[in-house]
Amino acid sequence: MNYIYDLHRNMLDAKLILVYQGDFTQETTKSILAMAERNLDSSGEESGIKRKVFNVMVEALQNIVKHSDELIASGMSSNTAIFLIGKESNRYSIMSGNPIKKSNVAKLTEKLNQINGLDKDGLKDLYKEIIKNTTISEKGGAGLGFVDMARKSGEKLEFSFPEMNSDYCFFCLKVNVPREGAE
Amino acid sequence: MEILKLEGTEDTPKIMLDAKNGIFEISGRSLPEDSAEFYRPVLEWIGNYAKSANPATEFVFKLEYFNTASSKLILDVLSALEDIKGMKIMWYYHEDDEDMEEAGQEFSELVEIPFEFKTY
Repeated sequence: MNYIYDLHRNMLDAKLILVYQGDFTQETTKSILAMAERNLDSSGEESGIKRKVFNVMVEALQNIVKHSDELIASGMSSNTAIFLIGKESNRYSIMSGNPIKKSNVAKLTEKLNQINGLDKDGLKDLYKEIIKNTTISEKGGAGLGFVDMARKSGEKLEFSFPEMNSDYCFFCLKVNVPREGAE
Repeated sequence: MEILKLEGTEDTPKIMLDAKNGIFEISGRSLPEDSAEFYRPVLEWIGNYAKSANPATEFVFKLEYFNTASSKLILDVLSALEDIKGMKIMWYYHEDDEDMEEAGQEFSELVEIPFEFKTY
């Protein structure tokens, strides 16, 4: 039973204020958002930072929802994804982890590196280019999520792909939202 | 012309499109699961309105938040409004919400419609 206390200590040490593991749907997205919003409200967080955290959360959560269908189809359960929020004195961290096919890792890496290589104006141009030329995919995505996360956070997207098995890697993403002007 | 009225929810905006009374407004939060599906009736309504539009139209966007999938559909809505004569966009943003102000400016650069920016 001690693992309960261990987990609790680990969460405190890692400064995590929210951890969710399980099924990811639009309904759970709304619940997680509502929980996080209450948390930010009760801590009296500045509205601008609150909005940015909310923004990044929505894109991260909806990414997981959109990509869980293909996992179900391939026999991988959707509840293998995880979502975390960390809060430190100088920043919030929105983190997610979900399985992706190994065959998609190279393309995703390229996309994230492209985004990380751009400055504020470069990201704005990329955003406008995508929004003008894209059509909504079958999964309901506009291909703008990562660009938007990078723009709203103002920081580089951190990511890694530890191996799960011969077919899948676990896509770990961390987006930091600075708490400027925080005490 | 029929009125299109949708109450806002925690993940969809309030829609009020009433040609007779000159009310055209999308407000609140927009992060639906399927943005294309949600905005389809709005685009259809605008398509019909374009056929017999009022001489002048002030179309209000008063959004608190929208996700990236909605941003694409908002651009589709703006593109549908682009060809209507006498069209003007009223883009509201919360006074300390620079991101929403910037989003409005970017949309204004993507379509040929006059935008007026207002804080609330």
